[in-house]
Amino acid sequence: MAPVLSVEGLSARYGSVEALHPADLALGHGELVAVLGPNGAGKSTLLRAIMGLTPGSGRVRFEGTELPRDDPRAVTMRGVVLVPEGRGIFGPMTVRENLDLGAYLLPGRGGEFAARLEQVFALFPRLKDRQSQLAGSLSGGEQQMLAIGRALMAAPRLLLLDEPSLGLAPRLAAEILETLGRLNRAGLAILLVEQRAPLALKLARRAYLLAVGRIVAEVTPDQIASPHDLARYYFAA
Amino acid sequence: MTSPATTSPPSGRARLAPALLWAAGAALVAYAFVAGGYLVTVLGFAALYAIFVTGLNFFMGYTGQVSFGQNAFAAIGGYTSAVLTTAYNWPVFAAMPLGIGAAALLALAIGYPTLRLRGHYLAMATLALGMIVQEIAVQWDRVTMGYTGIAAIPPLGAFGRELPNERAQLAALLAALALAVWVASRLKHSRLGHALAAIAGSEDAARALGIDVARYKLIAFVVAAVYAAFAGSMFAHFVGFVSPEVFGLHMVVLGFTMLYVGGIGTVYGPLVGALIISLLPETFRGFKEFQDLAYGAALIVILIYAPKGLASLARLWTRRGAAPDAAAAATAGTSRGDAGAAR
Repeated sequence: MAPVLSVEGLSARYGSVEALHPADLALGHGELVAVLGPNGAGKSTLLRAIMGLTPGSGRVRFEGTELPRDDPRAVTMRGVVLVPEGRGIFGPMTVRENLDLGAYLLPGRGGEFAARLEQVFALFPRLKDRQSQLAGSLSGGEQQMLAIGRALMAAPRLLLLDEPSLGLAPRLAAEILETLGRLNRAGLAILLVEQRAPLALKLARRAYLLAVGRIVAEVTPDQIASPHDLARYYFAA
Repeated sequence: MTSPATTSPPSGRARLAPALLWAAGAALVAYAFVAGGYLVTVLGFAALYAIFVTGLNFFMGYTGQVSFGQNAFAAIGGYTSAVLTTAYNWPVFAAMPLGIGAAALLALAIGYPTLRLRGHYLAMATLALGMIVQEIAVQWDRVTMGYTGIAAIPPLGAFGRELPNERAQLAALLAALALAVWVASRLKHSRLGHALAAIAGSEDAARALGIDVARYKLIAFVVAAVYAAFAGSMFAHFVGFVSPEVFGLHMVVLGFTMLYVGGIGTVYGPLVGALIISLLPETFRGFKEFQDLAYGAALIVILIYAPKGLASLARLWTRRGAAPDAAAAATAGTSRGDAGAAR
């Protein structure tokens, strides 16, 4: 059985700067894999390159079929959905309108839409209470819930998450990651980019370590007992 | 605990602010119809600009893009109407759609490559478009009469009959404006409008949701061009004269001023902005040689105290009455563009 995601020699550049050197990684069905690395390591670029948001070269296969490198819409339509860094919520719109936009590719607002909405509200009851509230006035944690909820409205088969704990208090960050764990246990494949390695390693079965635009190691959580272990890999790069 | 900014049904105070604004506008229009004369002309220009700025708002306010070239489309609408009705005796209502169609086609052709640009680059490209069209209007004098312009353009009318006087023309312009604002409001709250708002918020986030950003930006550009051409065509028939100066950079500057003074991104902001900016110079006429100074000072005061436009003032007033925290949230930029009074 082909892996959910298979990345071969994927590189990305901003102008003349190669921000991601050719990278290989794979993600199995129902697997949660973390991508860890310090600031500027190329973690967000990796996700953007998978989505086709950043120009580059290499091959990305999803469920055995090659994804286009320059058409994020087509990638989303296949079932790969990104929760971008900084959440990317639309502040002047209401919570409900943000969620509606998540299901943008779903024609009509019938039973399928209602079912997805109920699923999101079951996962994040606070969003249900705040449907008519402007998204920009939500707290940081609620905004992250909305960003994940909006992505779930697209019914992803693979969720790419870029630093979901960024700017959140430790308790909220743990709550968000616990929710991701529940989604994963329900069968959703997740590629999680995270700076807070201990949190991510509680959930992930494996992790790719990224430093200065290169994947420097593939590890399992038991190989990373302390931050010193991570630093050793980073400095070795 | 803070009161969240919501789009819940407006309170009594929230209803009062827009009601007062509408009443003041209606009183002004009624007075113009009774008194006639120069005020009818001023309100006519305000209505024309309100249509033009509503289109500009669609591209800049709803979609978050920049265009300094909307005067090009107004010129195409105005000149097509002028040439066809004066040189070829076409009826007004046949010439007008042709001008609008030509502007839409040009927007489609120009927008496709140009909208790949962002920010200042897009602004410069659209500025160049406006200058090119203006230069064509100057140089193609066999058709456009160059700097002399085209005069004796027939007034608005239909079925072979012209509207008898300026009051009737103003009524027609106000009806056209109502239609233009209604269409803009419907579009804003449609699936298309939500997609445009997403693009304005973050193009990458919109792309990641499967929104075809390039296509929707092009649609917004074409819609704005249609509004501009409609306004340009109506201008030709209301004033009876077009020349390159009419559709020059001054039109762009005035449009921007109206958009920001009224409230960018709101449905009624262009209407408020066009009315205020059209009336302000007349209000300061008594200042004689200091008229421009007073006008400029008034603009600065408005932009300092209502940085989100005059349409936002009524909203702030209603929020302040409802809850201090909500007002604070609104000023912090978390409120919806046209919520409350301006909705």
